Amino acid sequence: MRHLSLLALLLFSATSHAQLEIFSCEPEWSALAKELGGDRVETFSATTGLQDPHHIEARPNLIAKIRNADLVACTGADLESGWLPLLLKRSGNNKIQKGNLGHFMASEHVRLLGIPKQIDRGQGDIHAAGNPHIHTNPKNILRIAKSMSGTLEALDPDNAAFFKENLSNFVARWETALGRWEEKVKPLMGVPVVVYHDSWIYLEDWLKLKQVAVLEEKPGIPPSSGHLAQIITQMKSEPASMIIYAAYQNDKAALWLSNRTNIPIVKLPFTIGGTSDSNDLFSLYESSINLLLKAVPH
Amino acid sequence: MPLIFVCILMNAHQLLIPKYYNRFVKGFYMQSRYFSSMRLPLTTCPLSALAITIMANGVTPAYGVENNTGLPQDSNPPSNDVEHLQRAYETRIQALEDRIKATEAAQALSQEETEALAISISQQANQTSANTYNPSIGVILNGRFLKQSPSDYEFNPPGFMLGEEPGPGEPGFGLGESELNLSANVDDKFTASITLAFGEETEVEEAYLQSIALPHGLGVKFGQFFSNLGYLNSHHAHSDDFSFRPLAQQAFLGPNFGDAGVQVTWLAPSSLFWESGVELYRGASFPAGGSADDGKGIWTAFTHIGGDVGTSQSWRSGISYMAAKVDNREDESSGNSFTGDSNLWIADFIWKWAPNGNSRTTNAKISAEYFYRSEKGEFTLNDSSNLSTSSHQSGWYLQAVYQFIPQWRFGMRYEQLDAENPGELFSGTQLDDQSHRPTQTSLMLDWSNSEFSRIRLQYSRDKSSPVSADLWVLQYVAAFGAHSAHAF
Repeated sequence: MRHLSLLALLLFSATSHAQLEIFSCEPEWSALAKELGGDRVETFSATTGLQDPHHIEARPNLIAKIRNADLVACTGADLESGWLPLLLKRSGNNKIQKGNLGHFMASEHVRLLGIPKQIDRGQGDIHAAGNPHIHTNPKNILRIAKSMSGTLEALDPDNAAFFKENLSNFVARWETALGRWEEKVKPLMGVPVVVYHDSWIYLEDWLKLKQVAVLEEKPGIPPSSGHLAQIITQMKSEPASMIIYAAYQNDKAALWLSNRTNIPIVKLPFTIGGTSDSNDLFSLYESSINLLLKAVPH
Repeated sequence: MPLIFVCILMNAHQLLIPKYYNRFVKGFYMQSRYFSSMRLPLTTCPLSALAITIMANGVTPAYGVENNTGLPQDSNPPSNDVEHLQRAYETRIQALEDRIKATEAAQALSQEETEALAISISQQANQTSANTYNPSIGVILNGRFLKQSPSDYEFNPPGFMLGEEPGPGEPGFGLGESELNLSANVDDKFTASITLAFGEETEVEEAYLQSIALPHGLGVKFGQFFSNLGYLNSHHAHSDDFSFRPLAQQAFLGPNFGDAGVQVTWLAPSSLFWESGVELYRGASFPAGGSADDGKGIWTAFTHIGGDVGTSQSWRSGISYMAAKVDNREDESSGNSFTGDSNLWIADFIWKWAPNGNSRTTNAKISAEYFYRSEKGEFTLNDSSNLSTSSHQSGWYLQAVYQFIPQWRFGMRYEQLDAENPGELFSGTQLDDQSHRPTQTSLMLDWSNSEFSRIRLQYSRDKSSPVSADLWVLQYVAAFGAHSAHAF
């Protein structure tokens, strides 16, 4: 009997709220949904800025959260291919299945870069659809915001006007910020960089950074000493200005290389929560740009 | 203009031998690596192509190319013809260039339109990737080398009737169960999966349809599949952390319980994970046998709860029950059989830890399962004499695995079985516990180059039989094709 009343309570609590429940795979999409949905949405992010979004397990907690979601907002482009399909399969939730309104993949709304010419795991864990780390270019955020707002309107037509207003407000603030950032990042143009994983091609595309080496010889396989030795040789003839890695990535290889080449390392938040001062989308780019500028030779 | 001349030069043989070009030379030309590397692509030579067309169609008779050598007979054509030719094709080139300019101006896209076009083009790969893996095909290769001492070791824990292929298997090199999995959404309501295992013989491990469109946390699965009982049972053996399944998993579910049947699960809408389910099976597989009760000899029920503790820890725990009607479950080695009721309870627990939930550098997991079974019925000896039996058996394992640096993991497992002494009448049969409590202690070290390949060394001190043994295993597991799922 106690079980039944508990059950009734649980069922009731799940249906009584009017907010859209949004399950995002990465914190940037939670943050964007919050910007666009305000108090009409409840967001949950499956990962934090300190976790590698490629390597997540379909944990019980994630299954429980996706079960109640009205919208799944993820990157797509195979970034979550190890765990999102399993979560969807076990969710008992038809609203968020592929092909339904509640299934939003951000990568479907931007221009994908780094589409491999050949698809073979001998090249590492490559993404057939293209590089999925699309959020590192703030211009992509603008496009995705417009698409996501449309999805929110379709899911909750009663609040359409509210979502529209939030969108135009967000777009205005984002464009202002974008103008400021583009002015600020001019010294970064053409700067040669070494990266840990191929996570930054959209950022490089935006800032016109020149990626000259990757510490992981093949994506998904930790850097080998042989490959690092090659990079040292390369750095002697054409030194890079900085070594970039994401907060969730192992810093050992970057530190090792930095010690031997005196090239500064830059730990970027990668996404919201990656560093203590990246709390929302705006501060994510602001702090990332500041960190990059600090490392540029004046 | 220099480009045009280069293009003309490269395509000159076309110019010289218009009549035979299509019939002979083109074939040779296409095959010739020399020519194809020399030739500028036609797209880079639009003007020369035009010029060639003009020349070939309009003025070639003047060259007198009607010979079989492909060479012009007269190398000095009349000069007024050359002038005429030059004029004609310069005018035409001029006209063409004007047209290109006009077209470009008319087609100039705004930056917005260009970007929209670029998005739609780049999306093509994004769209087709789903079709590329439809159905997704995943292959697991699994093999090992086993060394056992004493060399005449046999896996035979006293007090237990075992299912198919129990124990660590034959010594030496061996192909473990290598698997082929095909899966895809069937339509908007069902997803399907089939897994074939290739060992000494090929068998269908799983072949099922699963609902994806049911609301309210409901799920239905039907076909042949591994039961959700306990923790390990629903996992395929290649994803285990040790080379052999725990003794208890082998003794009670041997080594995976799967059968034809139907499963209904319900996921509660709570923020804590809580999933419950019931299953009904044919009852043809161990621990049942004989498809009793008109082919619905087994039913099970299970419930699991789980969640996260902070961002670094996660856990799951559950209770499962299985009721099997057993009709003539035969022991392969002795020919003795059991008919009656078999009831099994399982308690399982798993806890995982990774700093900040990031398992890439270090992580750890501890898991344990406890099994308790009671069986009541008739034990038939191979001389056809019957003995009525009522017995209890239990078993458990506790294991810990720690990834201490990227790619490297170390693990330990201890396990034990307990069988009740069935009495004098059963001495000499499998049910005779021989006053021996089977145990095993294992250590393993494995290295994973990527998430798709793993090499493992394992040592087990096996005391499952009255004669203890040392087992050494070198094992590989590799996955290719579709991205394997990261199950908890």
